Amino acid sequence: MEAFLHQVFSGLATGGIYASLALALVMIYQSTNHINFAQGEMAMFSTYLAWSMINAGMPYWWAFLLTVLISFVAGVVIERIIIRPVEHAPVLSIVTVFIALLVIFNSVAGWIFTYTIKTFPSPFPEQPLFGNRYISSHELGSIGITLMVLVGLYLFFRFTPLGLAMRAVAQNPLSSRLVGIRVGWMLALGWGLAAAVGAVAGMLVAPIVYLEPNMMAGVLLYAFAAALVGGIDNPFGAVLGGFMVGVLENLIGAYVIGTELKLTVALVLIIGVLLFKPSGMFGKVFVSRV
Amino acid sequence: MALLEVTDLCAGYNAADVLHGVSFAVEQGGITAILGANGAGKTTLLRAVSGMLRRRGSIRFDGRSIESLATEDIARLGVAHVPDGRGTFLDLTAEENLRIGAYTRNDRGEVARDLERVFTYFPRLKERRHQQAGTLSGGEQQMLAVSRALMLRPRLLLLDEPSFGLAPLVVQDIFGIMRAINAEEGVSVLLVEQNAGLALDLADNAYVLETGQVVMSGTTEAVRSDEAVRRAYLGY
Repeated sequence: MEAFLHQVFSGLATGGIYASLALALVMIYQSTNHINFAQGEMAMFSTYLAWSMINAGMPYWWAFLLTVLISFVAGVVIERIIIRPVEHAPVLSIVTVFIALLVIFNSVAGWIFTYTIKTFPSPFPEQPLFGNRYISSHELGSIGITLMVLVGLYLFFRFTPLGLAMRAVAQNPLSSRLVGIRVGWMLALGWGLAAAVGAVAGMLVAPIVYLEPNMMAGVLLYAFAAALVGGIDNPFGAVLGGFMVGVLENLIGAYVIGTELKLTVALVLIIGVLLFKPSGMFGKVFVSRV
Repeated sequence: MALLEVTDLCAGYNAADVLHGVSFAVEQGGITAILGANGAGKTTLLRAVSGMLRRRGSIRFDGRSIESLATEDIARLGVAHVPDGRGTFLDLTAEENLRIGAYTRNDRGEVARDLERVFTYFPRLKERRHQQAGTLSGGEQQMLAVSRALMLRPRLLLLDEPSFGLAPLVVQDIFGIMRAINAEEGVSVLLVEQNAGLALDLADNAYVLETGQVVMSGTTEAVRSDEAVRRAYLGY
């Protein structure tokens, strides 16, 4: 029983990280209908940034905050400079740009920081909090930070005029222009937010998977599965999907197929959802008349 | 001086022009109607004014050239466009639709008062304020679209076929309120309608558009009494 609970809790911890990254994917998907394949590598690069700052002697939380801020700005800049020019290009061109971003971030990280695996510090104590036997401090802390990020985003989108404007743009860009919203900037802001959320996910997952240029490959796959399970156009679904995928991955890994084959869980989920319920649990079903 | 003065406007989609040198004006505080059959270029004309498509010619709003401005900047000058198909944000609540209309304004207190004011014009919207806009009836959505435009505190309101797809009683209701809004708030209106009878009742000036050109214009009385217009658009 103890081992089972441990698997569930640590699944929730990594699930929260998948949820954050899935949310980042959904944020961009909602307003542009594209999956940013470079989301994971952007997060990885942000994590290296944090690692450099911490290594240079900066206190963890300062490095954390600064990394989130820099990632936000970088996200905005990438949208303005790289994505904007191909905004109206055919889907395949845009996918190519995303893949190019992925490769570039990956290689540049390898070039600057080498492919040697590095440890990344956790801000939480080594000993489990409150002397519990089920969940490590880092896992509990990850869940806490993830929930804070999710609640923060919810409040932002639900209650601020800027959040409302971003939701409006995602739904109806043309109408948004007609009420005076600068649609281009809202899209850039979405990229910034997605990059910032991704950076948090990267910094939380790095102590678990270790820091190296390919560390987000698996995470992105799980996040993608989470977004699909929840419904690729539904933020709540993506978050719920993230936690579900995290727990499912752990339980199936521990009791069914072994940890080496864990990643197949994500792949099976992706293919299963696409085959049997492409809209996911909460996604919109698209019906088109021919 | 007219609030909106359009001279020799050509506009269209991709390579093809739909409008071929259209000129018209909307007076300060006035209501101008553009009449025409399907495909005459009425919707294109409104889109050209708010910068949603390629256009040539001169468009002056309050003495200022706006023909090269982006849509959002034209909106920020005080031109509110209720587009073809109403442009409702279907997944937002009715109230959020109204708040988004006031997005560019910084006067929060005034926005709250304007919200109450549109609710007095359209009490139905107040009842449905927390409902998803997509669940509203067609008439309610049209009321919402007009109200959203009013939340911008516009000086000029562009209305694209407000009667489209609505029951006659609802249409009468909405047109009555449009008249009140024009009189009480001093908002000038550019109205595009297929329902010529309705439009002529509301407007002071009218232009008849045929295949992208103005074929007749004048005061509503003059247009209404024109033999050809009567036959083609009023049906008697």
